[in-house]
Amino acid sequence: MQMLISTIIDGLNLGSVYALVALGYSMVYGIAKMLNFAHGDVIMVGIYTIFVGLNMLSLPAPVTILMCVAVCALLGFTVEKLAYKPLRNSTPLSVLITAIGVSYLLQNVALLIFKSDRKFLQSFISLGKLTIGEFEMPIISLVIWGTTLVIMIALDIFIKKTSMGRAMLAVSEDKGAAQLMGVNVNRTISITFIIGSALAGIAAILYAAKYQNVDPYTGSVFGIKAFAAAVFGGIGSIPGAMIGGLSLGLIEALTIGFLPDSLAAASDGVAYALLILMLILKPSGLLGKKRVEKV
Amino acid sequence: MKKAVRFFAVALAALMLLTTLAGCGEDYSDKIVLGGIGPVTGTASTYGTSVRNAMQIAIDEINANGGVNGVKLAMIFQDDEADGTKAKSAYETLMDKGMDILIGAVTSGASVALNDLTAKDGILQITPSASQIEAAQNPNSFRVCFTDPLQGIAMAEYAYQTLGYKKVAIIHNHDDDYSTGMYQAFVERYKELGGTISEDVSFSKDASDFSAQMTKIAASDAEFLYMPIYAEKAAQIVITANEKGVNLPLVGGDGLDGILEYLTGDNAKLVEGLIFLTPFVSTDEAANVKAFTETYTKKYGKAPDQFAADAYDAVYLAKLALEKAGVTSPDAINNAALIAAMTEIELDGLTGKMTFDANGEPQKGAKVAKIENGVYVAQ
Repeated sequence: MQMLISTIIDGLNLGSVYALVALGYSMVYGIAKMLNFAHGDVIMVGIYTIFVGLNMLSLPAPVTILMCVAVCALLGFTVEKLAYKPLRNSTPLSVLITAIGVSYLLQNVALLIFKSDRKFLQSFISLGKLTIGEFEMPIISLVIWGTTLVIMIALDIFIKKTSMGRAMLAVSEDKGAAQLMGVNVNRTISITFIIGSALAGIAAILYAAKYQNVDPYTGSVFGIKAFAAAVFGGIGSIPGAMIGGLSLGLIEALTIGFLPDSLAAASDGVAYALLILMLILKPSGLLGKKRVEKV
Repeated sequence: MKKAVRFFAVALAALMLLTTLAGCGEDYSDKIVLGGIGPVTGTASTYGTSVRNAMQIAIDEINANGGVNGVKLAMIFQDDEADGTKAKSAYETLMDKGMDILIGAVTSGASVALNDLTAKDGILQITPSASQIEAAQNPNSFRVCFTDPLQGIAMAEYAYQTLGYKKVAIIHNHDDDYSTGMYQAFVERYKELGGTISEDVSFSKDASDFSAQMTKIAASDAEFLYMPIYAEKAAQIVITANEKGVNLPLVGGDGLDGILEYLTGDNAKLVEGLIFLTPFVSTDEAANVKAFTETYTKKYGKAPDQFAADAYDAVYLAKLALEKAGVTSPDAINNAALIAAMTEIELDGLTGKMTFDANGEPQKGAKVAKIENGVYVAQ
């Protein structure tokens, strides 16, 4: 019993990181209607920013944290301007391929600068552990849960209540019509990317605090899982990203914890098999809306 | 702009021509040529660089002491980027340049890729560090390092007999031949000795979260944690282990060498007392190790690692074999006699006192290192 609860806590901890990353994917997809495959790699750049700030420049933690979010937001803005904006009117497939290209570009730049070996960060947010009865739980995980929840609610309110948010919704419905109604489409999409990438920055901070290490592929490995989580929950839906992330984390932890090791070795396989099953049964994901494609 | 590009193109072409000419200029005809193959660029570049550096030191030493029966040695080293195909072309290049003995390849995959070529030519091959079983499967190939399964067996015996631990928790990487090789041999030997496997978990190469595995281990009654994995993953795992309250003594193979480089600040304390099997510790007090470490550090600005030590021993093994086979001129090398000589020699090297069996495997004792006060200490 104790094992079960501990494993569930592990799963939720892992899942909350997936959820945080999935939020960024889902938000950008929901508004700009494109899969930003470079999202995970923006997180990777964010973690390297923390590495540079803490280990190399010995900056205080708050400065490093701000620097991380700023670098990520700026990177998201630049990538959007240079790589995605010129393709605004091309087919979704070209944008998708470009996003994959950006992802590889960022990985290889990191490889060039930091080399392939894993870098370990100095621990910079040490919050200790919370003990409830027999169960121990690192406080950083609670912070991640809390942050994910707060961001989710804040995003929801931002999109539904502010004029900028409504502009985003309008753009997601119909770019052309939104433009005719006086919405500055380019600016709206830019802001979407800045917010999405700032979220990546926050994910980077929490990832760095929890795992304390980074290599050039950290982002893409986590990104793929988070993407799966976003699809599972219903891509484009913000609460869906949260639920998808938590489910994926739980499934992974439970397979490792309770299946015999020979099967547990395939914990990723189990997670993806469930994803495929989900897509067969409910193609739009757990909370996704059915969308009629107009041809 | 265009002019500048053209200038660079011309300069580059001239440079390339010059290096080719320089390559032709050197004359190896009166020397015994030791060819080296290993990665000096790419992700595994530290391994090949260590091997090349140490080979140079050993060859310089031998030449300074009069060479082998009066004949000087020479080294030609080719980069293979740890890639099998590139290793093959490196091998052909070396054969064209008159290689007599091959020291390499450095990594397992590249070394195995050379098996057929070296067997066909019948040349003596000594790999310093390719630990995969197949790397020494041909009669003409020998290796200095332990095989992966041999490491697993040695660690099982050390943990059970010397340290007296009867219950083990294991975490290994099921995506990695090195890890599974050590893991399987360890489990088999440890059970044979009478030990109990309390918990047995694994992870995949892309894993970045190990909390579920550590939760399982925390709940077990194991007396120590065996980690037949590389230092990079081990460093991630000890951070999670600490978080989960797993305070077991840590034991592993030579892949754990260098783990302190990954763990900075307070995290370095997490591996205090960690014990790993290694052929070489640069802080060892033995006279030959001290002298080698001093020379190496002076020449290359950093302490030698196990790859360097393996390569240094490989060159001395070649020297002993050449002497045993009575080679007095580079033109009179009989490969068969040289290979036969390998099983008759004994070397008291940096990585221990060793002889070879007909399978090309080294017969030597296992060395163990422990992390004490943040440094590696030979046991």
